[in-house]
Amino acid sequence: MLNLTYPVVKKRLIPCLDVRDGRTVKGIQFEGLRDAGDPVALAERYAREGADELVFLDITATNQRRQPLTELVRNVARVLDIPFTVGGGINTVADVEALLLSGADKVSINSAALARPDFINELARRFGSQCVVVAVDVRLVGTEWQVMTRAGTTPTGRQAVAWCREAAERGAGELLLTSMSHDGTKSGFALELTRAVADAVSIPVIASGGAGQPADFTAVFEAGGADAALAASIFHFNETALPALKTYLHTAGVAVRL
Amino acid sequence: MEIAVVDYKGGNVQSVLFALERLGARPTLTADPEVLRRADKVLFPGEGEAASAMQALREAGLDQVLPTLTQPFLGICLGMQLLGQHSDENDTPMLGLLPYQVRRFVPDADHKVPHMGWNNLQALRGPLFEGLTEADHVYFVHSYYAPVGDYTTAQSSHPAPFSAAVQHRNFHGVQFHTEKSGAVGTRILANFLAL
Repeated sequence: MLNLTYPVVKKRLIPCLDVRDGRTVKGIQFEGLRDAGDPVALAERYAREGADELVFLDITATNQRRQPLTELVRNVARVLDIPFTVGGGINTVADVEALLLSGADKVSINSAALARPDFINELARRFGSQCVVVAVDVRLVGTEWQVMTRAGTTPTGRQAVAWCREAAERGAGELLLTSMSHDGTKSGFALELTRAVADAVSIPVIASGGAGQPADFTAVFEAGGADAALAASIFHFNETALPALKTYLHTAGVAVRL
Repeated sequence: MEIAVVDYKGGNVQSVLFALERLGARPTLTADPEVLRRADKVLFPGEGEAASAMQALREAGLDQVLPTLTQPFLGICLGMQLLGQHSDENDTPMLGLLPYQVRRFVPDADHKVPHMGWNNLQALRGPLFEGLTEADHVYFVHSYYAPVGDYTTAQSSHPAPFSAAVQHRNFHGVQFHTEKSGAVGTRILANFLAL
């Protein structure tokens, strides 16, 4: 049992809603998409069930150069009383401003930051680090974690820990670290990678990719040193219910919000 | 009831407006001193960086208006910090309604900065926390904090104790985001509207 003498910030569970054409979808390793429902209804359900935050990723935006979904953001913000992040295809300060004005709490940037790293500094200066999440998609190539861009389709030649450190130094408020080698496999999170990044930066790290069993979450918070864990399919398809997962983590000694 | 939300181009006010609407209120987003003076309640959300927020307040003339308000007033996040004397964030003089100096958290292996996420409240007192207990959580996102003092109405820690909420006369402040703190935050907002 925890016996804390002072309050601590809790480990966060973050359902991720991949959105395409206004519907929630989830693929296996970024392809082969399955329909998972109305994003506003799902968002409300997750908030009721104890989600600590939500992430919406417009997964078509980068490849098809579509503008982010400000209308969906507005509809979500109207009903949701927990924080949420929006990402996908964000390229300009104007994109970010439109999303924040629509009610998003944070934005997640990925390809645009890799193409022009000063974008991170500009957003942090203009809107504050607290709303700038830098998403980093990585793939294990041989023994090295390499950063991918354009929805995971293109290698950048950058090394994961070095890019995460640079993003933090440039003013990111948080990192969303996805192992594409684990994404959709339900074989557990990339623990060593997550630990290496968490130890390299002083900002919070959200681990993503590979959640399958409740024990995977305990491992990523403890061995992985993650501040938050993100998952999609295990929540969407009711394989693991949030309240049961939180109770499990609490019993295992992980500090969560019950 | 007239509810005014201070508009100084200083952050994400939309979430606060939506949260008030969910409580059945019809808030007005305004920088007009007359509208602010005659409102029954004034909310002052803030996000971003202290010096540019103070600059935006000065440009709107609100640095002179806000300290003279007499109705219940709620500063949220940076809006609470701005009620203090001075911030270490870019060495910024602030509104001076409360005596604190705003400091930066120092990260260590177990304490990331920003302090981001859900944390408990301790030593709750005053009308904003009616119906709540130390088991309740609220959502924080901040790198700077007001130390604990006589003005503190709730504390949290990261790991040093800090003011999660403050009060001086009609001026209330909360470091966390009431509008993003689920049912607990909704209760605190409702308690404020009932003042």
